[in-house]
Amino acid sequence: MTKILSESGNGKNIHTVSGITVRLCGDSGDGMQLLGTQLTNTSALAGNDVATFPDFPAEIRAPRGTRAGVSGFQVQFASEEIFTPGDLLDALVVMNPAAMVTNLGDLRKGGILIANEDGFNDKEFKLAKVDSNPLEADVIEQSYRLFKVPMTKLTRDAVSELGLSNKESERCKNFFAMGLVYWLFGRSLEPTLRFIDDKFGKKLPDVARANAAALQAGWSYGETTEAFGLSYQVEAAPLSPGTYRNIMGNQALAWGLVAASSLSGKELFYSTYPITPASDVLHELTRYKNFGVRTFQAEDEIAACGAAIGAAFGGGMGVTASSGPGIALKGEAMGLGVMLELPMIVINVQRGGPSTGLPTKTEQSDLLQAMFGRNGEAPLPILAPQSPGDCFAIAIEAWRIAVECMTPVMILSDGYIANGSEPWKIPDMTQHPRINVVHPDGADPEEPFMPYARDENLARPWAIPGTPGLMHRVGGLEKEDRTGNISYDPANHQHMVDTRARKIDEIADRIPPQEVLGHDSGDILIVSWGGTYGACHTAVRRCQKAGISVSHAHLRYLNPLPSNLGDLLSAFKTVVVPELNTGQLRMLLRAKYLVDCAGFNKVQGKPFSVHELIDEIKAQAEALQNEAVHHRAG
Amino acid sequence: MTLPVLKAADFASTQEVRWCPGCGDYSILAQMKKVLPELGVPREKIVFISGIGCSSRFPYYMNTYGMHSIHGRAPTFATGLKSTRPDLMVWVITGDGDALSIGGNHFIHMLRRNLDINVVLFNNRIYGLTKGQYSPTSSEGQITKSTPMGAIDHPLSPLSVALGAEATFVARSIDAYVTHLGETLRRAAEHKGTSLVEVYQNCNVFNDGAMAYAQEKSQRADNVIELEHGKPLIFGKDRDKGIRLVGSHLEVVSLADTAIDDLLIHDERAANPSIQMMLARMRYPEMPEPIGVLRAVAGVPTYDDQINHQVELAKAKHGIGDLQALVSGGDTWVVK
Repeated sequence: MTKILSESGNGKNIHTVSGITVRLCGDSGDGMQLLGTQLTNTSALAGNDVATFPDFPAEIRAPRGTRAGVSGFQVQFASEEIFTPGDLLDALVVMNPAAMVTNLGDLRKGGILIANEDGFNDKEFKLAKVDSNPLEADVIEQSYRLFKVPMTKLTRDAVSELGLSNKESERCKNFFAMGLVYWLFGRSLEPTLRFIDDKFGKKLPDVARANAAALQAGWSYGETTEAFGLSYQVEAAPLSPGTYRNIMGNQALAWGLVAASSLSGKELFYSTYPITPASDVLHELTRYKNFGVRTFQAEDEIAACGAAIGAAFGGGMGVTASSGPGIALKGEAMGLGVMLELPMIVINVQRGGPSTGLPTKTEQSDLLQAMFGRNGEAPLPILAPQSPGDCFAIAIEAWRIAVECMTPVMILSDGYIANGSEPWKIPDMTQHPRINVVHPDGADPEEPFMPYARDENLARPWAIPGTPGLMHRVGGLEKEDRTGNISYDPANHQHMVDTRARKIDEIADRIPPQEVLGHDSGDILIVSWGGTYGACHTAVRRCQKAGISVSHAHLRYLNPLPSNLGDLLSAFKTVVVPELNTGQLRMLLRAKYLVDCAGFNKVQGKPFSVHELIDEIKAQAEALQNEAVHHRAG
Repeated sequence: MTLPVLKAADFASTQEVRWCPGCGDYSILAQMKKVLPELGVPREKIVFISGIGCSSRFPYYMNTYGMHSIHGRAPTFATGLKSTRPDLMVWVITGDGDALSIGGNHFIHMLRRNLDINVVLFNNRIYGLTKGQYSPTSSEGQITKSTPMGAIDHPLSPLSVALGAEATFVARSIDAYVTHLGETLRRAAEHKGTSLVEVYQNCNVFNDGAMAYAQEKSQRADNVIELEHGKPLIFGKDRDKGIRLVGSHLEVVSLADTAIDDLLIHDERAANPSIQMMLARMRYPEMPEPIGVLRAVAGVPTYDDQINHQVELAKAKHGIGDLQALVSGGDTWVVK
């Protein structure tokens, strides 16, 4: 609720506000993720800008009622452009005590707290390890606007005529909560009623009727009880003109791959092994077989990577995906991909590490793995999407580079981007530049075929089996320049290692120069990459408005880095690199440019909040000021 | 247009063969070059994919397309290639260490998927390229560089593993028995589905004579039984011994006191692999070891057929995918 824009009279008390941040929390079986996605889609359809942050435990059904089992979904919707799911909550919906005690700290003073009263009983207190009813603490009434709603009972009443069992009835309570939230924020029920009908209408008509009834009941509860006294309205956001849809990161990645396949005329072979948080890309792609998509669920991560290389050898679009632990397993095969110089995409949807780490939480700690996680000198290009919608463009760009340079390309997404969503302007694909793929046809029978001859991009020819006259053998052993025959010659090895590195480095000449938000010189430059874009962008904009000399460079190309980045870094007094790791990009920047970057690092499985970044920028600005004073005094 | 008639020499690449003199691999290479022209598949449609080990240098010596990949993973590259290019004839060349130790997982999954590819497993019961450590098929008690007091692992039988993984074609041959080897490779190539051929291959440097009982012509007839579909199991220099099924086990009998009608008749087409498994478990010196085709079951769908069939089905059902319709579908709104 950034600011109240107007208060309307006419009997109903409606405040128009510029934005709302709400978090919906319950047990991991309570359907909070569904509630969150529906609220997001509905808000997006209302023309709001939206940003989301689903946060759930790694266990499918963690012990019920416990703090570890709490599943939450945060969404910010606004009438202005936003880049994060928000820091402090304007409203918090809790279905049980565990959800309340683990999330209350993020609710702003005076914020709305809606609790399912029926979920607060002795048994639940014990499970949540609280001594007494947390709703009855004095501080709650004093600090927040508390609404206790007996949601389980009201839901049961609302669906009583449908003849469902108690258990089935209670399961609809997330739809009741949804209805209430929709009323509170002036959302239309239509999109969700449509969703219920699509999802359950044919197969489980009773469930469809019950969920719809619960949704209506929740809405009516808000409308008829006077308890709330007040509801809110968020107008449409002034996004650039166009047709929009809401899109999630993994979905955008899958669509981007399909688009790249279509733009290059290469059928997609997506080979992978299930792993959180990458699996949804596989699920999504299995739906597009009519686009020529073949999905292969391999026996392990190594096989998944090997099969993608096999498809690439045959002239297909080989793509494999995983998260950090799986990428570690693919390492040797990726090195082979570098050696064979075949185009392919390797996707890492990062999560908290090391080892199994935090499977459902976000982190950016695989950058150095992507850079160096293979034996020998095995460089490959690395791209990172900056937001859910950007995954679409990054997938296409990755395939373009892979084909143009005959190399595996790595995409570093993360759990925050993968599961987050945002409004996405639907592109006109008919106007999109195509990706040019050439296979030599072996027309010249006089000249022996040179599988490791190179073009102006240092790419070798993509000659594929089935082409007469171009029979050749590739392999992991070092090869002779041009012929590709096995070679142990010292000078040849030096030449080949240098050439493979140069091939990747020279991509920097053909990618766009690094853009900057703000001036391209000044006091402070924030350099970020990946999913921290939104928080960094918002923090920098606010600090710029507050008069601080700060700019923002967000990197989508991590290897090679944009050619103007070195000059840019040295044009600022202080360079700060915020990362959800212990300083991996910072290490690369320092090593490459000999610029003393400062780190701002967090590894808590959570994204940056805007306010912690603002605090950091302010502290850096203050330090510069003190230094200047000290300098003058000295 | 008639296809040019190819000879064995047409399948030789320009690369110098670098196996040790006297290695059994030479014989397998020679038989492959001899068999391929008989199959009528153009060279450019053939791909050899190998892992790591002595055997895995094989693709470099064939004038076809080839990939010398990484240790144990050849089946994975073959899977990606054959799934997307079912028009190609794909051969996987592997060894006992490559297929059964580091690549054991891929080996079983390739077999159960029944891709239409051919696998030749060179079994010399030793690690040759790393200079003489024991392998998963080395004998118990075998003294090697890494087992100075004798190997304590129990050896693995590739044929048993293959049958356990529901392979549709399982065979064994011997490097030195060239006519049999050539014929077995031809049968493997003709089978639709994953064909596994284990080849007893002598490593004359690190494990010389380990399978002499089968390789030496003088000993072979008494220690090896050649399987033929529909024929009784008879062996011995004088063809005077046979195999009989008694209850749930096999035994060697003398034809002097057992009628041929009482011998086990080999059925390579039996869907139930139980008796084929019994054959795979026959081990020297207690029993003669079977060579030839243990199992050849036709009509099992192949993975490459199925994955491509689903794509065709989806195209027929939903129409060929329209990218613009994909990104524009579902709930949308317009900002003016």
